[in-house]
Amino acid sequence: MRPGRCLLVMIALLIGAMAVPAHAATIQITIDNLVFAPAEVSATVGDTIEWINKDVFVHTATARNGDFDVNTPPKKTVTSVLKKAGSVEYYCRYHPNMKAVLTIKP
Amino acid sequence: MFIRLSAAIAALGLLTGAALAQGAKPTDPQIAHIAYTAGVLDINAAKQAISKASNKDVKAFAQDMVRDHEAVNKQALDLVKKLKVTPEDNDTSKALSKQAADKLAELDKLKGAEYDKAYVANEVAYHKAVNGALETQLIPSASNAELKSLLQTGLKIFQGHQQHAEQVAAKLK
Repeated sequence: MRPGRCLLVMIALLIGAMAVPAHAATIQITIDNLVFAPAEVSATVGDTIEWINKDVFVHTATARNGDFDVNTPPKKTVTSVLKKAGSVEYYCRYHPNMKAVLTIKP
Repeated sequence: MFIRLSAAIAALGLLTGAALAQGAKPTDPQIAHIAYTAGVLDINAAKQAISKASNKDVKAFAQDMVRDHEAVNKQALDLVKKLKVTPEDNDTSKALSKQAADKLAELDKLKGAEYDKAYVANEVAYHKAVNGALETQLIPSASNAELKSLLQTGLKIFQGHQQHAEQVAAKLK
């Protein structure tokens, strides 16, 4: 392989790697007093969700279609990256009366 | 199943009946005692389930009950300390404790899948009864705003437990 071509490939890879974080957003979803807020969130594949649990209880954000299952310990913030597009209803496995929707664009 | 449910409905009658029998609405120290007692009783039932249950979902549910009810009761203790309120024993707490002790003894005689079903069925009925009492009696009667708010959080948590118990029960059939 010619050295010039190799360099081009590396530059392309670098730009590619930089492009993802530049477009991906971080979205906060708060769990407070057994409520996911906002209850409806629009996001894009690659975005990071920051799950902020303000309760003294363990909760989960569990997709009904199985796309994600995030455990949120009491008084902790955890993050997860959205990998699949779709309109996903999610709930808390421990308190199934807690429900919300994430709409994930491709 | 029908007999167990009837027993639970009778317990609900006892719960509201005893409170009504006092003539006046329960006071904050009594409400705090009732709510705390209801939590302790569910923790006791869950501890029995952790050692007796054979189904893993039932065991996991029991562990959830211990964790959540301990968390609620810790908040309740912190609040009564802050408000300088001494929880006061009363007929409703006593009726609840008696009912729970009988149930625990009854469940203790069961084994395996039969025990699992009976425990989960009782959890559905128990949470339903407690939620009914919270909604119609305890929350409307509470005069301190912080106590009322904690009871409202408790109601949401226990409604969640009721739905969770119903889901576990459905899977056992």
